Amino acid sequence: MNFYLTAVLLGLGFSAMGMGIFISMRIFNIPDITTDGSFTLGGAVTAIMLTNDQPLLIVLPCVFIAGATAGAITAFIHTRLKVNALLSGILVMTALYSVNLAIMGRSNIPLINTFSIFNTTSGSEIQSQLIVLTLFTGIIFILLSWLLKTDFGLAMRATGNNETMIRSMGVNTSLMKITGLALANGLTAISGFLIVQIQGFSDIGMGIGIVILGLGSVMIGEITMKVFRINNIALHLLGVIAGTIIFRLILAFALSTGIDALYLKLVVSLFVLLIVSIPNLKRSE
Amino acid sequence: MIKLSGIRKTFGKGSPNEIRILDNFNLEVMKGDFIVVVGSNGSGKTTLLNLIAGTVKPDSGSITFEGNDITGLKDFNRSKWIARIFQNPLAGTAPDLTVLENFRLASQRTKPKGLITGTGNKFRALVKEKISVLNLGLENKLEQSMGSLSGGQRQALSLLMAIMDDTKILLLDEPTAALDPKTSLLILELAKKVINEYGLTAIMVTHQISDVIEYGNRVIQMKEGRIIRDIQGKDRKLFTMNEVYEWFNH
Repeated sequence: MNFYLTAVLLGLGFSAMGMGIFISMRIFNIPDITTDGSFTLGGAVTAIMLTNDQPLLIVLPCVFIAGATAGAITAFIHTRLKVNALLSGILVMTALYSVNLAIMGRSNIPLINTFSIFNTTSGSEIQSQLIVLTLFTGIIFILLSWLLKTDFGLAMRATGNNETMIRSMGVNTSLMKITGLALANGLTAISGFLIVQIQGFSDIGMGIGIVILGLGSVMIGEITMKVFRINNIALHLLGVIAGTIIFRLILAFALSTGIDALYLKLVVSLFVLLIVSIPNLKRSE
Repeated sequence: MIKLSGIRKTFGKGSPNEIRILDNFNLEVMKGDFIVVVGSNGSGKTTLLNLIAGTVKPDSGSITFEGNDITGLKDFNRSKWIARIFQNPLAGTAPDLTVLENFRLASQRTKPKGLITGTGNKFRALVKEKISVLNLGLENKLEQSMGSLSGGQRQALSLLMAIMDDTKILLLDEPTAALDPKTSLLILELAKKVINEYGLTAIMVTHQISDVIEYGNRVIQMKEGRIIRDIQGKDRKLFTMNEVYEWFNH
């Protein structure tokens, strides 16, 4: 049972990243690979600051700003230097590998006997994690749902949906993409912040392939919304959160069936392939 | 109101496909003008609208609006005065946003998009009232995504969206090119009504000879990047189809 509960906790931890990927991939229609680097960046900044006894109230904004800066750089390269969005993300992700190593000073930082966000509540370790992660996810969900319904949020959504139209409505779409990718990667870095504290260490390789995991989560939410014909942005976000948790539960189930952990990334890729191809298979019927 | 002076525009410069679209082009649009622009394909009609909207920059020449040079001003900054109806009826609206959300964005065209949720009951009632003039039953579909509506419905809504904020110039780029005759008539009559009611200055590019007869107080014919006919004032009479056909034979 604990095995599946841990999967739920991880799902909650990754849901900020899921919402970030929802912003970049679904709202802006940009396949943002920066995620792999900004997730690790969030973990690296968290680990180095916590091991240096920095208070969480300082660590969290620093993590968000670090991730947001990475996203803004990707968007800047894409919009101002006119480099393909995918390539821009790959460039920043590659650069972030060195940046993350420089921040951490080594490839792995354990967080043993370090004060973490889960020490802020009483109860067992799992209870604390459940409370904190639910609270985090809830706050981000409420803030993001509200933001995407404001005039600014509508302009963000229209930027990815019909750029010609929204420019004729007076929106600087380049600036909007920079802000949007900054927000998306800021959220991803927050996931890095949470995950390193759940697993108790930060590692330079922790972000490899993470964007696929996020994409899978977004797609699960997306398919659910299509099945129920839901056209509400808040429910879409809720779908992404549910998708992140479901994705983790399915991985946990796969592992429980005895699949060698060695093949986990292969299983993840195949699973995501299955999810992303479902809408196309239905269409070609 | 808008003055284009000595505009030159060449596409594909230095390539085998190089084509000069506008050559020393001059046009002065007066306040309240409703100009119908006709011409063969490649005569520079759409480029003219793109230059005014700011989506295309001239190679040389200048564009002024109410005496101010706007040649280098970006398209999204020009939208403070200019609203545009596109040839593609799907281009003027965001399909994933609801009808109400599209109208909200249109109502904020000249303003910064802040952290305000403005799609409340008061705004909903205003949009309902605006849309009801269409008699298409769309006032009951405010929460539906724009993408679920037909091209004609979306084009009609685009026109109404154009007057949600303080518009001075309306650019219509073959607004009925992709629509059936019935919807075309609805769109053009709506455009005429909106232009008159709100005292807009309008430029409409069209391929329909009937539009030259029915609409506008000024007719411009373009050929190879130049104006070869500019009829206005007392000369703007009710032409016959044959008369307009004749223009294209010379």
